[in-house]
Amino acid sequence: MSDMLHMTAVELAAAIRAGKTTAVEAAEAELARIEEKEKELNCYVTVDKERVMAQAKTVQKKIEDGELTGPLAGVPVAVKDNMCTEGLLTTCSSRILGNFVPTFTAEAVCNLEKAGAVILGKTNMDEFAMGSTTETSAYGVTKNPWNTEHVPGGSSGGSAAAVAAGECFYALGSDTGGSIRQPASFCGVVGMKPTYGTVSRYGLIAYGSSLDQIGPLAKDVTDCATVLEVIASHDKKDSTSVARQDTDFTRALTEDVKGMKIGIPRDYFGEGLNEEVKTAVLQAAKMLEEKGAIVEEFDLSLVDYAIPAYYTIAAAEASSNLERFDGIKYGYRTPEYEGLHNMYKKSRSEGFGEEVKRRIMLGSFVLSSGYYDAYYLKALKVKALIKKAFDEAFAKYDVILGPAAPTTAPKLGESLADPIQMYLGDIYTIAVNLAGLPGISLPCGKDSKGLPIGLQLIGDCFREKTLIQTAYTYEKARGAFL
Amino acid sequence: MVINMAKQYETVIGLEVHVELATKTKIFCGCSTAFGGAPNTHTCPVCTGMPGSLPVLNKQVLEYAIAVGLATNCEITRYGKFDRKNYFYPDNPQNYQISQLYLPICRNGGVEIETEEGGKKTVGIHEIHMEEDAGKLVHDEWEDCSLVDYNRSGVPLIEIVSEPDMRSAEEVIAYLEKLRLIIQYLGASDCKLQEGSMRADVNLSVREAGAKEFGTRTEMKNLNSFKAIARAIEGERERQIDLLEEGQKVVQETRRWDDTKGESYAMRSKEDAQDYRYFPDPDLAPIVVSDEMLEEIRAKQPEFRTEKMARYKEEYDIPDYDIDIITGTKRMADLFEATVAICGQPKKVSNWLMGETLRLMKEKEVDAEDLSFSPENLAKLIGLVDSKAINSSVAKEVFEVMFEEDIDPEKYVEEKGLKTVNDEGALRRTIEEVIANNPQSVDDYHNGKEKAIGFLVGQTMKAMKGKADPGMVNQILRELL
Repeated sequence: MSDMLHMTAVELAAAIRAGKTTAVEAAEAELARIEEKEKELNCYVTVDKERVMAQAKTVQKKIEDGELTGPLAGVPVAVKDNMCTEGLLTTCSSRILGNFVPTFTAEAVCNLEKAGAVILGKTNMDEFAMGSTTETSAYGVTKNPWNTEHVPGGSSGGSAAAVAAGECFYALGSDTGGSIRQPASFCGVVGMKPTYGTVSRYGLIAYGSSLDQIGPLAKDVTDCATVLEVIASHDKKDSTSVARQDTDFTRALTEDVKGMKIGIPRDYFGEGLNEEVKTAVLQAAKMLEEKGAIVEEFDLSLVDYAIPAYYTIAAAEASSNLERFDGIKYGYRTPEYEGLHNMYKKSRSEGFGEEVKRRIMLGSFVLSSGYYDAYYLKALKVKALIKKAFDEAFAKYDVILGPAAPTTAPKLGESLADPIQMYLGDIYTIAVNLAGLPGISLPCGKDSKGLPIGLQLIGDCFREKTLIQTAYTYEKARGAFL
Repeated sequence: MVINMAKQYETVIGLEVHVELATKTKIFCGCSTAFGGAPNTHTCPVCTGMPGSLPVLNKQVLEYAIAVGLATNCEITRYGKFDRKNYFYPDNPQNYQISQLYLPICRNGGVEIETEEGGKKTVGIHEIHMEEDAGKLVHDEWEDCSLVDYNRSGVPLIEIVSEPDMRSAEEVIAYLEKLRLIIQYLGASDCKLQEGSMRADVNLSVREAGAKEFGTRTEMKNLNSFKAIARAIEGERERQIDLLEEGQKVVQETRRWDDTKGESYAMRSKEDAQDYRYFPDPDLAPIVVSDEMLEEIRAKQPEFRTEKMARYKEEYDIPDYDIDIITGTKRMADLFEATVAICGQPKKVSNWLMGETLRLMKEKEVDAEDLSFSPENLAKLIGLVDSKAINSSVAKEVFEVMFEEDIDPEKYVEEKGLKTVNDEGALRRTIEEVIANNPQSVDDYHNGKEKAIGFLVGQTMKAMKGKADPGMVNQILRELL
């Protein structure tokens, strides 16, 4: 079937159901595309071709037998390498998990498999999801398909780039401080972080447990809603999982924003925001206004405090979450050591990269005796205040609109030289994680270099449908992008 | 007149007691808590700390912890959390233990104990918190390496932290016995020190009598029996007093008791104390104890010892001493009540427990918790004696077998042919023979020597191999003489 790779996931599934193509043909086409593009882009850490083809055949048979009828059955997907996949290498793009093959599959991935997804492989990421460029990976940098001199964003950079380059039809990412929305913005795809608790974290290798959420990266809003509907579930294995009755997200795919109240935080348009990004985002707001939405500016406040609060909380949790990687039970162990403590020290020093070590040290410091109150507890208070500021905003507005990132994708190598500057790049996405809110990023233009610009829509807790409806309306008004 | 110049010292003791809860599954996963099992067979991704796994609280653990808290007069924390205690050690698969520091489930309680002088005093309970046990390290001497068994990892524990309210080894033992009894009555744990399902760490300091400030304390670990605890307390008290008498200072440290040597040695000092970097575990939802839950647990609380003693006194005609012993262990009280429920003879059941049971427990060194004969069989045995199917000395023999193997006494008596011979004809014939063979005793009897009849009864019983009713023998003898 010609130009199959340009189809969306939902279109491909329909074609497979109609017998115009098969899951096997789709998988073969993707493997060929991966073969063609990987040397240039490096989106994947692991692709197991035999496994892909075996799964594609099984899925195709089930589709033919009428066992699989869902909207994603037979469609190849890429999974970020921090989600456990039984029998398939799962590295978190770290040397320390370079040999780790899980004994179970993450709940979100199980949900996809039940819906007939074919797992193409595991995508590259910033090591343990710590980073905004996918350059901290132990397995090489991923390049932006729009311009290979630029980063794809991160930490779900491999997933975003794979979708943009047609190396998969859609992908799963995880978002702790913007790790889905920012790379989606840099790669010109749609990425969504759902309300905390909507998608099970069971099998997601934790970075900041209280902030981590799995979500889709897709070619359009329809795919994004469809994937989210499949992966959302109440999972008793995850104590933070929420039982929701309103996960029929595709029902919100309607073109209607009449009377919708959209708030634009002035704080999101101040210093540091690239002019081209600002213009494109405000243009998108205007387009929604023309469709009948009521657009207003307002002051969100506290935005400046989000970054320090985030890096305190996420690093604190990470410093504890990453303690289990010690060379004892699985993963990398230093070849030579003298005694237990030397083994711990050497295995971890050699197994973790610089950015991970930086955050482990930061997190250990803020939790240490004498500093806990001043840093960690204070950060929790800021988190509560940020949630309150959003609550007040959502008393007035249905949706908050702003940029996903202050700039378009930076050049390779620019960001890691100045980590503080890199951390500041998370300014528009981080508060959403601290408040547990849903957020979606979708393309709203390109800059003068031809790099995509991302529009971010933020909703109140459990209001993914409002976001999807607004994003869908905008997408239709905007027209084709990819 | 002798003037004692030596200073008088007071010992101040607080305890940290770990109790393994009797849940079927672990605290944060569905793995079995059963003791033993081949290494790493009672494990899953959660209790081996695999990446991506998440803990989910076993509700039974929370219910047991609250039940113990209510029974020890604690305030129950209505909004609590679990905290991570971070430290690296191979028996701890995540390199953090999930415990409670900031908001423990129970606080500010206490239990009443009897002092040596016969008075009563309250030992305060500072807090009770829930936590997970660690795995077990096994050193392989042949390969010179260590192996880890995670079967124990994630077994639920509660830690009961007392106030420094105890002043002697006797008070410590009384407190521990009280706790053990409460927890056993709740069914929350079997509390066996030897098997480690109850573990006590002793915090001890000494100070001059009358002093207001506490002295520097040490913490003593590895105490596996009440006797070891008592010896360790005496040993540590003397060690600290000797130091002070020599003008030295007590160092705040953790010490390990070696019960065979009868001495302790330092494990680590306060300076080596690790920073555990405690913080609330973000993987677990806050613990919210609703009014309904609290009331449900309160309603399910069993009858404790004091109430049970009062009820026994009212319902059963048995001596106070018997009541004290029987209610002294949950197992004994359960056995008593279950047997009485079947046979309806409290006095006789009590006699079996106070007599033969205690005698055999002492002789064979069996703890009350390990008594294995069933109430059904004890009731049958009482029935056999009542119906005169066997006499009391045969009954004691049967009971001894029952004590070891819990056999059915009815079947056993039948199979071994131990039933009393009630065939009067046969008995008469035997007695006639005894009379014919013992003319001297017969003469003595006729000459007014009552004792002689005892000898003749004995001879008859011997001839009957014990299987006769002594009352009946007596009656027939007198008749024939």
